[in-house]
Amino acid sequence: MVLDIIVGLFQAAVRIATPYLLASLGETIDQNSGVLNLGVEGIMLLGAFAGFAGASFTGNIFLGLFFGIFFGGLAGLLMAFLSVTLRTDQTITGVVIVILLEGLVAYLLRIIFGTSVLPSLHWLETIEIPILSQVPIIGPILFKQNPLTYFAIILAFVLWFILFKTNFGLKIRAVGENPKAADTFGVDVFKIRYLCVIFGGAIGGLAGCALSLTYVKFFAEWMIGGRGWIAVSLVILGRWNPLKVLAASLLFGGADALQMRLQSYLGLQFPYQMFLVIPYILAIVTLVIVSRRRGGPSSLAIPYSRED
Amino acid sequence: MILKTQFSALLKSISTIIGRKTERIRLLENLRIGEPALVMEGIVKRFSGVIANDYIDFEVRKGEIHALLGENGAGKSTLMNILYGLYRADEGKILLGGEEVNINSPKDALELGIGMVHQHFMLVNKFTVKENLALGSMSPKGLLIENAKITKRVEELTKKYGLKLDLDCEIWQLSVGEQQRVEITKALYQGADLLVLDEPTSVLTPQEVKELFMSLRRMVAEGLTIIFITHKLNEIMAISNRVTVLRKGKHIATLDTSRTSRKELAKLVLGEEFTLGLEKPSSSKSNNEILLVKNLWALDDLGIDALKSISFSLKKGEILGVVGVSGNGQKELAEVITGLRRAKNGEILLKGNNITGKTPEEISKKGVGYIPEDRMTTGLLMDFTVAENEILKAPLLDKLFLNRREISKYAEDAILEFDIRTPSKDTPTKHLSGGNLQKLILSRELRLKPQVLIAAQPTRGLDVRATQYIWNKLLTERLKGVGILLISEDLDEIFCLSDRIMIFFDGYIVGEGTPKSFSIEEIGKMMTGTKRLDCGKNGKFVAEKSS
Amino acid sequence: MASLLLRKAVEQIRSLWKTNVVRSYLTAIFGALVIGAILLGFAGVNPVTAYPMIWTGAFGSVRAVTETLVKTIPLLIISSGLTIAFKCNLWNIGAEGQLYLGAIFATWIGISVFTGGLLYVPIMIIAGFLAGGLWAAVSGILKAKLKANEVLVTMMLNSVAFLLMDYVLLGPLQDPEAQGFPISPFIVNSAYLPKLWSTTRLHAGIILAISAPILMYLVLLRTNIGYKIRAVGVNPKAARYGGIDVAKSMMIAMFLSGGFAGVAGAIEVCGVHHRLLKGISPGYGYTGIIVALLGKMHPIGIALASFLFAALEIGTDAMARSLNLPIFFSAVLQGVIVLFFIASEFILKKTKGK
Repeated sequence: MVLDIIVGLFQAAVRIATPYLLASLGETIDQNSGVLNLGVEGIMLLGAFAGFAGASFTGNIFLGLFFGIFFGGLAGLLMAFLSVTLRTDQTITGVVIVILLEGLVAYLLRIIFGTSVLPSLHWLETIEIPILSQVPIIGPILFKQNPLTYFAIILAFVLWFILFKTNFGLKIRAVGENPKAADTFGVDVFKIRYLCVIFGGAIGGLAGCALSLTYVKFFAEWMIGGRGWIAVSLVILGRWNPLKVLAASLLFGGADALQMRLQSYLGLQFPYQMFLVIPYILAIVTLVIVSRRRGGPSSLAIPYSRED
Repeated sequence: MILKTQFSALLKSISTIIGRKTERIRLLENLRIGEPALVMEGIVKRFSGVIANDYIDFEVRKGEIHALLGENGAGKSTLMNILYGLYRADEGKILLGGEEVNINSPKDALELGIGMVHQHFMLVNKFTVKENLALGSMSPKGLLIENAKITKRVEELTKKYGLKLDLDCEIWQLSVGEQQRVEITKALYQGADLLVLDEPTSVLTPQEVKELFMSLRRMVAEGLTIIFITHKLNEIMAISNRVTVLRKGKHIATLDTSRTSRKELAKLVLGEEFTLGLEKPSSSKSNNEILLVKNLWALDDLGIDALKSISFSLKKGEILGVVGVSGNGQKELAEVITGLRRAKNGEILLKGNNITGKTPEEISKKGVGYIPEDRMTTGLLMDFTVAENEILKAPLLDKLFLNRREISKYAEDAILEFDIRTPSKDTPTKHLSGGNLQKLILSRELRLKPQVLIAAQPTRGLDVRATQYIWNKLLTERLKGVGILLISEDLDEIFCLSDRIMIFFDGYIVGEGTPKSFSIEEIGKMMTGTKRLDCGKNGKFVAEKSS
Repeated sequence: MASLLLRKAVEQIRSLWKTNVVRSYLTAIFGALVIGAILLGFAGVNPVTAYPMIWTGAFGSVRAVTETLVKTIPLLIISSGLTIAFKCNLWNIGAEGQLYLGAIFATWIGISVFTGGLLYVPIMIIAGFLAGGLWAAVSGILKAKLKANEVLVTMMLNSVAFLLMDYVLLGPLQDPEAQGFPISPFIVNSAYLPKLWSTTRLHAGIILAISAPILMYLVLLRTNIGYKIRAVGVNPKAARYGGIDVAKSMMIAMFLSGGFAGVAGAIEVCGVHHRLLKGISPGYGYTGIIVALLGKMHPIGIALASFLFAALEIGTDAMARSLNLPIFFSAVLQGVIVLFFIASEFILKKTKGK
């Protein structure tokens, strides 16, 4: 009985970690190229909405995912344009984008759906992997998830490989470390940063879909609930390494899952806000722990210009 | 006809260079020694009202070592940055091997066979040597990092030019001389025919300079062409075939080195007769100790011992020169004494009072002045005005409410006394030239009447006139009885000014005495060989946080 | 005397016009209006008839103007405080949460019977200042001593503050007659900020609002604390070298910044709502950031920017209401304007550089 609870908890952890994981993987690539994209919270919301709206109008859930990725990428393009070409302050730009996107989505929500009840869709169902999912304990945890979760985990490995084992990844990291040196090596700093930020945005949009189209199964303008912000700190916690970010996301998924379960078991005894607060406090604690140790791309959040 | 040569050169380059898939235009390959390899005609470059390059004509012949000489701000670096594609010229054209070329980015320059070794190394600190070379290997189609190919190619280059490298070291673990070797290898690896070196010897010991020159001669023997930017006259005489002098953005003259002299070059650079040297009056020092350092130990930013068992005394009215290549503990010594860094062990006594571990504010108030080596990053608040910088350490700041009039007067007095050239006291400091920035720092420190002054690289990057000014000011303070700790890499400076010297190596004092008791060779030997860590994954890189 | 001032003002305006600043701002506004027109069209509205409604909504009547002023008050106070933090290179995104803290503590005092009479308002304001200041100081300490990124910490603390407000309004500070609704009882009558115009909502808090930028200016430019804060903002390394206690300056800057936001919260309670409720701030903390930046962190700039932004919000809200559009349209328009301004900064840099 206890084992069941624990297995259930871990399974939920992996499932709940998916949006965190996707968003932070996208942000990892971003930050490795030297751009701090704080707009993740807003991009996730945009992606969640685009995915939801797309899926309800076309009736096809995969088209919904496509919309999520596409609009996330567009938002990434905007961020790239502002921070790479116009060299604006990345912190402020990110925050402004969140505010802007939140407002935009709320506006579009009213316009497109009005006050009518939101349609229900054919959600992305869980896919069980044969044989592997029968393995006791690990089986249900790892192999009874929905496709986006599988995608996210595989993505973590793929990104790790690209970043650390290929020339392209080397270029990305060089651009994030010392763009001036990378420039003298003949690396196109601007192109690489643009690609990374757009990619980060696209995956961020997908992360939003992971919420609205699979795990939470509806849409509301407050549904991202700070996950985007946490995703940013997960990148730091994961030391800008996709595999470590994977670990950190699972940790947070676990924390979120735990918090929800605690609420249902203990909810009557403590004000529910106390539980909701846990992720935020955790994020702060993480940040503190992580900021103490130095590291990270040396050129993070510093715009590059040749004639500096 | 030229196209044909280009194509055959292209095929040749593809077959000789392993793994290279990009097209390279080897315009210089088929030239004979002595023919013009590079011609820059009528180059003009302006920066917000300043003309950095004023219709400059510059010609370099194949197979020569051509020195580009001029004071700071003369336009040498700008010209070479244009050549390398980091800047775009406003007017003028560039011809390589007789063909006009368009260089819009370093990538273009690399494809044309132009390699540059910058004064401030353009290497990615956290990456290994191998990764840095891989970055420059220009095979974008390749997916995986080609470890084997890189190793092989580097071995070839080592055999050819004698540049030894440890591929798995991360850049920050290497000594400055070794880093420079990586820079040079990087340029050669990318197949440079024309190599530009920007002030390469400013960070090397005398031995390393010798080794560098040997490598350069070998390169030239193999058909490479070299441009050597410098302001050191003796090096020009030693290594170059021809020398071009720039002054204030204009091309002044191009001469055969064998047919000129240091004196003539100095005259061309400065535009007038100028004697470098000064009268050092006999010291008025007493035997009164003003600063005593006992068994001082301290860690550097990486957590490694930077100062080991340092003990010395500084007397009133004496200039104690600290000699050594950067990175042997000098910076940490200055920081510990001024309170910017904690000591692991040991004591510092100022006139008998223990100042170890006190805050920078307290130490400053007790009479220790500091001229830091990075004047722009540590010594000044560049976005503040001249006046605001002047009062940074002044007692004026102790009062809650700032008195505008007092501050104005304080600043104006300083500007007058130290002849600081600035449009007004309310000009942002970033608009001032290097020499005036240094005068500002000097004025700020000296007006507080310190008893001990620590001057780190006080004339680095300054022109001759500013250097003379600073030297004279230091000597004046010396006569007043101030004890000066002079940290410098410039051996001329140390020898001219110091009463006594200490030689630093690896955090220890390896030599001490009057300047006369050492020969340059002896000092060079003692300075040599900065610390080298065990390379590999044991070392942890700790970056400077920028926020 | 007056004519001299007038002449000086005209000169200033003339020279400002010549600079690219004004021109780029106007271009930004124009660009934003175009995008806004497109969005309006998407919603089936004619921009030509819609835009004038913004003007009338903000300035068309005495009531409108006073509403604009009421909205300006917290914006001005918050942006003044934010400027102090920004000048120290501390990006305080937490003004919203600091405002809540100020409002919470001010309300707590206002509904309890601690003292009487005229002392209520000053005590509530001081309480607001301290609460907001200490809340911000948490980020300040974490940044100064542990190098934690203040942007993320302040943001997280906003969420925590929101949850705290939620808890407090359903618990200790809940109005017993509210039937489960998250709202506090009304504060004592003597704790009300007097109205300046009895038929409107304009209250005495405007005096504090006007003094905020002046106070900020004095602190930053005429005190040694302000000098140190600015020095740390420009170059902490050099500041430290100059003997300045960098950690202390950072903490003071954050404390002051949060304190201003807390005062804004207290004023909203004392002057506008007279009680604590969830909607006490429609994002003033975030809008304040934009206002501070658009006002170029200069007292007159932020005063103008606060006023204009408040006008924009009131005007677009009014327009949206009369056209039956969702109110969030104004948020979108504001965001677009900001982005255009940021873009115009770049153009400014380019033309100045060459």
